[in-house]
Amino acid sequence: MNANTQAISNATDDAELPTTGEYNLRLYVAGQTPKSLTAIANLRAICRDHLAGRCTIEVIDLLVTPQLAAGDQIVALPTLVRRLPPPLKRIIGNLSDTERVLVGLDLREKSAPKT
Amino acid sequence: MSESSHESSRRQPTLLKKTPTGIDGLDQLLLGGLPTGRPALICGSAGCGKTLVGMTFLVNGATMFGEHGVFMSFEEREAELSANVASLGYDVEGLVAAKKLVIDHVRIERAEIEESGEYDLEGLFVRLGHAIDTVGAKRVVLDTIEAVFSGLTDSALLRAELRRLFTWLKDRGVTAIITGERGDGQLTRYGIEEYVSDCVILLDNRVADQVTTRRLRVVKYRGSAHGTNEYPFLIDEEGVSVLPITSVGLAHATYDETVPTGVPGLDAMLGRGGYFRGSSVLITGLAGTGKSTFGAAFADAACRRGKRCLIFAFEESPDQVMRNMRSVGIDLKQHFEAGLLHFEAARPSLYGFEMHLARMHRDIERTQPEMIVVDPISAFRGPHTEIHSTLVRLADLCKTRGITAVFTSLAAPGNVEDEAERGVSSLMDTWIGLNDVESNGERNRVLYLLKSRGMNHSNQMREYRLTANGIQLVDVYVGPDGVATGSSRLAQEARERDAERSRKQATERRRRDFHRRQQSVERQIGELRAALEAEEAELGMMISQDEARERAYGVDRDVMAETRGLRK
Repeated sequence: MNANTQAISNATDDAELPTTGEYNLRLYVAGQTPKSLTAIANLRAICRDHLAGRCTIEVIDLLVTPQLAAGDQIVALPTLVRRLPPPLKRIIGNLSDTERVLVGLDLREKSAPKT
Repeated sequence: MSESSHESSRRQPTLLKKTPTGIDGLDQLLLGGLPTGRPALICGSAGCGKTLVGMTFLVNGATMFGEHGVFMSFEEREAELSANVASLGYDVEGLVAAKKLVIDHVRIERAEIEESGEYDLEGLFVRLGHAIDTVGAKRVVLDTIEAVFSGLTDSALLRAELRRLFTWLKDRGVTAIITGERGDGQLTRYGIEEYVSDCVILLDNRVADQVTTRRLRVVKYRGSAHGTNEYPFLIDEEGVSVLPITSVGLAHATYDETVPTGVPGLDAMLGRGGYFRGSSVLITGLAGTGKSTFGAAFADAACRRGKRCLIFAFEESPDQVMRNMRSVGIDLKQHFEAGLLHFEAARPSLYGFEMHLARMHRDIERTQPEMIVVDPISAFRGPHTEIHSTLVRLADLCKTRGITAVFTSLAAPGNVEDEAERGVSSLMDTWIGLNDVESNGERNRVLYLLKSRGMNHSNQMREYRLTANGIQLVDVYVGPDGVATGSSRLAQEARERDAERSRKQATERRRRDFHRRQQSVERQIGELRAALEAEEAELGMMISQDEARERAYGVDRDVMAETRGLRK
């Protein structure tokens, strides 16, 4: 493990801002792959830009806690799960396509142009 | 993954290790089982039993071979799955509770998933790996992994990931079954047979003449020989069983001992006191000639000697058979209650022939009978070739196990040696024909032996009667006019008695005549002899008179000579 260990610990990542907890997001990754790190970075950026103060982020490393994978029906990684507000939403990938993440989080209409 | 895979028939240690599936017949077909530590593909169209075969593999692994398993279901939920296989007698929930089995339902709902950027299926690997570690699984079933293609979009990536998954499974050393839905022109819809190519098994569910038959074929088995034909397989309340009929040769052992037919007169007709053990017997006859009774008599005789017997009844229910046979003095119920006699009753139209055969095979395996009775084979309707091949295989099956089999068959009136019988008759060692002889306004039953291999059997037609004490053969009248049966036989017998009586009377008369004549002759002889004696006496008297006269003459001459002085 390197200096980024804390970034993918299974703790609630709410160090930066106090939140209302309106959005409860959980990001599943497996190890410190470039994909994982990209996803974490992208998620942080999206939260900062679009959900500032309104979201809690949980990062779960399935290499550490594999038993959590079945509960949230994780197949692909990385997967971002919107646990709150309902309904449950899943976004897979390294979250590089911000527009689609926002659509997935119901922050933007699906019909909105992507680029 | 190593301890349970063994192959008794193989000697070289370098050969592929195999993991037995525990499915009757399939292991024989695969010469031991699935390749240990490799994924195998089971594909087929909807409803052909992929999931059940997969679950059976795991349940058998846990219960029979001490190998734990993981069932990763992409289609059915845990509860559904365990309810579905409960009908086969599998206690999946119990196995899960005992930590011998893990069921993981993987749900991929396209509508719930948004894709954004690169991803992989590592989540699946993590789940599978975790499940395998939880119970120390050696066996894995992925049912139907192709569901990922409908849930996710990037098929190029998915293919790469599946290839990685199969390699990963091999690295983990688990024996895996991957199921796949049959696709157009290829084995699976998404062509995953490209990646899972060590062992491919194809399941099929075909409907012909409104009758469904499940069939299984091993398409490919890398590094191992395998049975190549299509084999029928069966899914019912006792699980999955495949019926490999591989005994192509005629190398079955033969027996010199015979088993009684249950009909004393028939035993004598056969010349050896019964059927040969392990032989196949065909009893053909018209309706009402007592074919079933002959079968029941055979079963009864077997059970009386304490042998196990299995009756396949295709026309009557077991109760009906037992009731009907009681009327001819054959008590099957006691044997049934003693557990010696088993019935398997089924409507012939219930399954295809192959399925019937598979069922019969399984029943024979389970009850291990020494005798079977199939009543009747003519109940099967369908293409001749299929019936024929079914019977060939059934007869073959019995022969290889030394089971004496009696098949009855209904013949069409006026055509006892029907086409169908001629087809199967070559398989049969003994063929008994039952017939109706109609004459003088009545029908009488006669039986004859068309053939009986290896026995100096009678060539005679015999009349028999179904009596309250069973089947009884009657001595037939065979005369210059042919065989007389029934009342004409009785009439003939009466005529013979009359003739005999008159013959006797004539003899008596002649004896009396002779006696009388003898007496008269003797009387005549006596008279003659008396006459002769009288003559003799007279003759004697005459001779003595002559002598007396001679003497008197002599005296007279002397006297005269003295008188004449010629003598002194």
